[in-house]
Amino acid sequence: MNGFLSIRNLTVRLKNGSPILRSVSLDVAAGQVHGLVGESGAGKSMIGKAVLGTLPRALSVTGGEIWLDGTNLMSLSPTERRRRIGATAALIPQDPLTALNPSKRIGPQITRRLVDILGWSRQDAQDRALELLGEVHIPDPARVMRNYPHELSGGMRQRILIASAFAAEPRLIIADEPTTALDVTVQKQILRLIADMQTRHGTALLFVTHDLGVVSKVCDTLSVLYAGKVVEDARMHRFFMRPIHPYSAALLAATPTYTDPTGSLTPVSQAVIDGVEAEVAQHDARRAQ
Amino acid sequence: MRLLTTVITLFGVAVIVFVVIRVVPGNPIAMMLPPGATDADIARLQAQYGFDKSIFDQFLIWLSGVLQGDFGTSISLRQPVSRLVLNRLPATLELSIMALLMAVLMGGALALFGTRFRDGKTEGVVDVTAGMALSIPDFLWGLVLILLFGVLWPVFHISGRISPALNVDFTTNFYLFEAIARLRFDVMADLAAHMFMPALALAIPLAAIISQLLKQSLKETMHLDYVTLARTKGYGENHVITREALPNAILPTLTLVGVQFTFLIGGTVIIERLFSYEGLGNMAIDAVINRDLPLIQGIVILFALLFTIVNLAVDMLYVVLNPRLRHA
Repeated sequence: MNGFLSIRNLTVRLKNGSPILRSVSLDVAAGQVHGLVGESGAGKSMIGKAVLGTLPRALSVTGGEIWLDGTNLMSLSPTERRRRIGATAALIPQDPLTALNPSKRIGPQITRRLVDILGWSRQDAQDRALELLGEVHIPDPARVMRNYPHELSGGMRQRILIASAFAAEPRLIIADEPTTALDVTVQKQILRLIADMQTRHGTALLFVTHDLGVVSKVCDTLSVLYAGKVVEDARMHRFFMRPIHPYSAALLAATPTYTDPTGSLTPVSQAVIDGVEAEVAQHDARRAQ
Repeated sequence: MRLLTTVITLFGVAVIVFVVIRVVPGNPIAMMLPPGATDADIARLQAQYGFDKSIFDQFLIWLSGVLQGDFGTSISLRQPVSRLVLNRLPATLELSIMALLMAVLMGGALALFGTRFRDGKTEGVVDVTAGMALSIPDFLWGLVLILLFGVLWPVFHISGRISPALNVDFTTNFYLFEAIARLRFDVMADLAAHMFMPALALAIPLAAIISQLLKQSLKETMHLDYVTLARTKGYGENHVITREALPNAILPTLTLVGVQFTFLIGGTVIIERLFSYEGLGNMAIDAVINRDLPLIQGIVILFALLFTIVNLAVDMLYVVLNPRLRHA
């Protein structure tokens, strides 16, 4: 399997040397949706940040390769890398309330980069923004372009961020828990919107989430992450029928189902956690040799 | 509402100043008369200026004058206080505004530089520089500057506001603004050469405060999601700092600059003295030395009015720069 985005043995460490990502490898095929699941702190967001070059300053990539459209990003200079990412990839952030600049109007926040970075004409950028705002079902796009973020609801802002992500027709979009910060009633709409937009534009999508229910609705393939290590890599259908790794199976069993809302929750058992922890320790020991 | 609080503030200032300068020892009349004047002479002059009345009565007389625009007559200069003060005000305003401009430019540049090279040795150098600039008071900076640019390398004028040789007929007392408006570059250069050192002395401590506060708030803003999002769009560090972070990070600094600017205006008193700059502050010191009570009152009231205007202007600017308050 070799994808539009190919991550090979990516290792990210804290400045003090402790590993955050442990030799992560995964592929996102062109036009496909790849889910990245794991509990909080498993490092799933860090993979997206490593690809986009927005890791916190305390972290750094200490090994591995990130291939985007046939180019190893790690071999590029920081400036080249930034340009490449800006032209090829985009981010749908987690929290729409903090991801728009409060002192700027919506319009420029979508159009400026098209003009500044990609060299579009102002008129083209303007037309494109209006078109995409319409596509994400924003009523009266021309008026919204003149609004400030604080004048709009969370759901509206997330739609705007989705429109902005698709504006330059990127070939890869990284969605970092894009529904987590939203109201439950809005979550479903936004999820469907992202899936629709992905299908229509044929964009590869790396979908970071802790919600297996969400994964089952939108993804073609997925990776399960534990403590910065990929424990299972699978096609969607096979994974839900027959998860291979005990941790994956336990995670799947722990997902509450809508068909049985009164059923009790099944926590991941200690035996499973001990098992996967032992694997991680083994991995670290092998590295240390 | 705002007007009401301003009026109450000014009234409070007037009462305090009026009482304090009459309670501290020192008799203005005794200072006016030559040695050997008799007690009878003193008593007669005191009656003439109304100093024989109670403080309360004196205050009422002064206040009723003020309400009609009459701030009394200076004892030492024998001219109306309002005219004296208004003649000197432009000089102090020009000096303060120039100092503020310098402080904002220097402090802003230092903050941007420190943010660009944050979390490293360079930021440490910025912090140490700012710490030193801040811990030395403005009048000491004045002396340092005189030593540097007045004695060791005499490129600027160390005293006065304008060279007497320059014979210019100004229609206002805003020499610098007028020179700019009339495009008299020679006059501008001369005024700037006089103003440079006192303005810089006033500006350095304020620049240090601005740099530290703005840098702190820039660094916090750099972690926010919209800055990260801008990076993924392909923008570089410089753009991200100046275009994404700065417009938001500048707001808390702005409030502080307003407060600090009033301190800076207060600082003109000693700095104008040091550089023999003919402004309000220099006049204030003479007024105190001569126990010129009406003049002191007039100057203090004008300073107080200036402070309230500055604070009002800052509040208004804050609303203009912060879209979240614009419609409120």
